[in-house]
Amino acid sequence: MLILLLIGSSLFMGISYRAEQIDNQLGGDLKPGLGQHALKLDAIIVSPDGVGLPKGSGTVLEGERLYKVRCAHCHGQEGRQRGNRLVGGIGSLVTDHPKKTVGSYWPYATTLYDYIANAMPYNEEKSLTSSEVYAATAYLLYLNDILEKEASLDQTNLALVVMPNRNGFIELAQ
Amino acid sequence: MSEFVAGGGLINRRAWVKGAGMGAAASFLVPAAATEDWMTHAGQAQNAYGSPSAFSRIRRERTGGHPFAPAAGSSSTPLQKLNGTITPNSLHFERHHSGIPAIDPARHTLTIYGDVEKPIRFKYEDLLAYPMESHVYFLECSGNSFRNTFSKPADMTAGSLNGLVSSAEWSGVPVHYLLDEAGVKPGAQWVVAQGADAAAMSRSIPLQRIMDSVMVALYQNGEPIRPSQGYPMRLFVPGCEGNISIKWLTNLKVQSTPAYTRDETSKYTDLLKDGSAEMFSLEMEVKSVITSPSGKMTLNRKGVYEISGLSWSGAGAIQSVEVSADGGNTWAQAILQSDPKAYALTRFRIPWRWSGGSAVLQSRAMDVRGNIQPTRDLAIQKYSAAGLYHYNGIQSWKVTSDGRVQNVYV
Ligand code: HEC
Repeated sequence: MLILLLIGSSLFMGISYRAEQIDNQLGGDLKPGLGQHALKLDAIIVSPDGVGLPKGSGTVLEGERLYKVRCAHCHGQEGRQRGNRLVGGIGSLVTDHPKKTVGSYWPYATTLYDYIANAMPYNEEKSLTSSEVYAATAYLLYLNDILEKEASLDQTNLALVVMPNRNGFIELAQ
Repeated sequence: MSEFVAGGGLINRRAWVKGAGMGAAASFLVPAAATEDWMTHAGQAQNAYGSPSAFSRIRRERTGGHPFAPAAGSSSTPLQKLNGTITPNSLHFERHHSGIPAIDPARHTLTIYGDVEKPIRFKYEDLLAYPMESHVYFLECSGNSFRNTFSKPADMTAGSLNGLVSSAEWSGVPVHYLLDEAGVKPGAQWVVAQGADAAAMSRSIPLQRIMDSVMVALYQNGEPIRPSQGYPMRLFVPGCEGNISIKWLTNLKVQSTPAYTRDETSKYTDLLKDGSAEMFSLEMEVKSVITSPSGKMTLNRKGVYEISGLSWSGAGAIQSVEVSADGGNTWAQAILQSDPKAYALTRFRIPWRWSGGSAVLQSRAMDVRGNIQPTRDLAIQKYSAAGLYHYNGIQSWKVTSDGRVQNVYV
């Protein structure tokens, strides 16, 4: 713990040292200082610990209904459209034809919320309510055998979902 | 003394320049004759925005998209049709995941929030008032040259194969000025950058890197950056995979961990043979490609040609480039343009005499940190057969005895 703290603080000192140098260059009244206090923050950026998730909730069954209308024409029934699949592929990563899907590859379930909320349905982006995004997330996790058919997701339990490939990545700290 | 410096016809440049000088002297004996229209009539009047000669129709290549989403796609710089090291803005490669947004800068903002003392928001106009820097940097998509990982070599041009790399002079505001204004809190280690496009492209970048070298770019080769490059503003992370230089930049969220967004987990990670995958492989590798002669060209005479190409590295400046004309048996040092810059394209050249036989042309770059561009076999060795990103193997061009040039694996 102490070591961690030390590393943490030395890193931070590195950064603040750099900041001081800039302060010297851009001292006092040379700083434009034009940033306005941002009171309303509406961006969606969700982390694996659940920070950034909005209120709302959705079930697998609600997600199934939504998926048929809003997603299936591009991702296929049950997410198995070739070239745009979202389901299956467990065990394929070591083969010459790996299928990287939500189920076989993605390390965090929170990423699914973040991505659907920001970037899907393609060409109608950001049109889903938070509850609809939870529902679509739940349904895709159900299709990948990660959630039960009765499951419901919300702000408090999504970050608890453990993905099959959770430990499949090596982080290169760059 | 022989004119050759390595096998397959590579020539000492001084021998070549001397010979060329004599040819040029002879041509002064031909008298000029004013017989062309453009010599005898005034040309077009000046205009407000220029365009290339009607005789020069250079176009981007491979402008395709996703089968279910045509505006999720890319286009490649036609490297073999350009010279020097700067990519004209209209020919810079493109890669976007939900089209090119038409952003009105008056309605666009940049917000800095998360682990900061005070979340702040900038208008486009505000940023124009901050101190700026200008740097010539390359930008390379991490998927550049992915076709060369396929089992059979694709018969394509240098641009179609390797043209997801471009270069420009980028001008903008160092991000540390803006982060300092917001006040980064202790414990913060990452910054998540997000775009205002429909895909809301989002990537996590180490805070230290942001403080050291990253800018909010506002100008590209002197003019406001193009819509397909992020107008009105983009992040620019020198030396790193293009995807993290978030275009249409609208949010910077400071935090202690990465966000593990879709485009740093599902995509832009490097699957290895054992089924595990590398993540945050941000820096691009040392790499080079001969752009002339190159794929799909035809040599229509025997004699001397200038072999010329581009080299670059995400680790810093290029140190040297070697060229082989005999498939890698012997190598000669190419001449580099003066003063290679860090994270910039460096052009190399070497004269070569083609005597009509078949030949395999290759280039191999080394950067200032001693990284050497690997052979194709080495470059793909540890990755899954379906690896797509960060391929930097040596590009081989075969010249057949009838003068055709094509992509081969050796
Ligand atoms: C008009 C076609 C279309 C519709 C409708 C659509 N998608 Fe997509 N989806 C795409 C495309 C294209 C991509 C790949 C985008 C890219 O290349 O960045 C994608 C990617 C995804 C991914 C990421 C896949 C991966 O492996 O990285 C998820 C998850 C997803 N879509 C979920 C959904 C959901 C849920 C819906 C319905 C609410 C939906 N999509 C509706 C076209 C569509």
